[in-house]
Amino acid sequence: MRIDPKVSQKIITLILGIATGITLFILLYIIIFMLGRGIPVLSWKFLSTFPAKMGKAGGILPTIAGTFVLTLVAIIIATPLGVGAAIYLVEYTGERKIIKIIRFGAECLAGIPSIIFGLFGLSLFVVILKMGWSILSGGLTLAFMIIPTIIRTSEEAIKTVPYSYREVSLSLGATKWETVKKVVLPNALPGIVTGIILGVGRSIGETAAVIFTAGSSLRLPTSLFDSVRTMSVHFYILSKEGISEKNAFGTAAVLMILILAINLIAYWIMHRFTRRNV
Amino acid sequence: MNIKISVKNLSVFFGNVQALKDINLDVPANKILAIIGPAGSGKTTFLRCLNRLNDIDPDMHFTGEILLNGKSIYTEDTNPVELRRRVGMIFALPVPLPMSIFENVVYGPRLSGIKDKRRLEEIAEKSLKEAFLWDEVEERLDEPALKLSGGQQQRLCIARTLALKPEVILMDEPCSGLDPVSTSKIEEAMMQLKRDYTIIIVTNNTKQAARVADNTAFFLMGELIEYGNTEKIFTAPSDRRTEDYISGKFG
Repeated sequence: MRIDPKVSQKIITLILGIATGITLFILLYIIIFMLGRGIPVLSWKFLSTFPAKMGKAGGILPTIAGTFVLTLVAIIIATPLGVGAAIYLVEYTGERKIIKIIRFGAECLAGIPSIIFGLFGLSLFVVILKMGWSILSGGLTLAFMIIPTIIRTSEEAIKTVPYSYREVSLSLGATKWETVKKVVLPNALPGIVTGIILGVGRSIGETAAVIFTAGSSLRLPTSLFDSVRTMSVHFYILSKEGISEKNAFGTAAVLMILILAINLIAYWIMHRFTRRNV
Repeated sequence: MNIKISVKNLSVFFGNVQALKDINLDVPANKILAIIGPAGSGKTTFLRCLNRLNDIDPDMHFTGEILLNGKSIYTEDTNPVELRRRVGMIFALPVPLPMSIFENVVYGPRLSGIKDKRRLEEIAEKSLKEAFLWDEVEERLDEPALKLSGGQQQRLCIARTLALKPEVILMDEPCSGLDPVSTSKIEEAMMQLKRDYTIIIVTNNTKQAARVADNTAFFLMGELIEYGNTEKIFTAPSDRRTEDYISGKFG
């Protein structure tokens, strides 16, 4: 029996629509569920005061600071390495076998569970290199974790810059590096920034790798060798130890709003940048 | 006759594929040389040897010699970057870089180290005038170059090359994507430019070669079949294949 094409079209449209609807519903449900419990906890005091009684009372100021510092260190380390490697892979090498192996390696690295990075960071940075539980150990671990993502997205962004731009630049007497600097990178920037933002997002949300390497101190850090507690770790400890479900949701709400804000700002910057010359 | 570029026994290979076969050709100064021939005959490869743009393909190798003002351009100590300032290139499709009109024109001069804003403005104005574009963009130099029409973009590319103060201008089918009006503007510019520059133009349009070129070279399957005065090539070609191509029997 053949189904009338009009009917089958309608059925397919309906099925695809339902799939989209369910996805959207789950997403909204998570957001509303979390923010619904978290936002009532939020106040200026919650954001600006120290936790008391291990987080049962008080605010989350040091964990906000810890999240920022740790992410910043990770990005400062990972961006030049990741973008540099991407430039090298695309601009300075042919499509040789060794490059394919490097790329495959980077992809595998991106797929390693973060807890493995945590254990690695604990052994290497914290113990062997004697950096202790610190911003530096945590930042380096997070950097290693996000470098593959930055390489991958930067590579894609650099590849989308038309080949003709490079030819034109070279034909006008630019060296290879001048071409990369003046033509390739500016045009690949939106994509590169996207990669960095993804890295920021992963760093902010990371728990396993951080708890092993940056510790969980509730003091405000004063040096790179201080231990910090990020919001994700704080959130994890509050829930797991059953300290305060209320404050855990409050922390989660701050985390979600922060990530949303970062994405919006990044989107705005890229929009401004790309519109300037087109 | 003053010889600007002299090509001797040039053979070019990409991997195992031979793109040019034993080319010998002298390009006189301050003249327009047109290179004609069907697609795949090695015209563009030839052009890109003259500014060493083929260097960026790691599979390319060659034998023979190319002299610019009597000096080889492929010696150990020739700097291809410096060579490309002396031998400018216009591509088939206009490729304005995604920056302002002004920044496009001064891209080369800036790279060669000119920082003075007044100097750069002078260069931009002179180059845009030489490319017959100044009147159309004078008021909007800060606008994105991508907003210009196709024909304007190609003249911008010409101005950008002129700003390098090259000795030779290579044009790779510069009018292939343009309408007749834009084409005639570019041809008009070429006639003016040959007073100061040596021009080599690759074209798929034999009529264009007949209109603008002093000399014409006919390439076929990587070989130089015939080379001489344009009028002679078009009225009394000595090779049968040249005649067939010009009269439109193939190509």
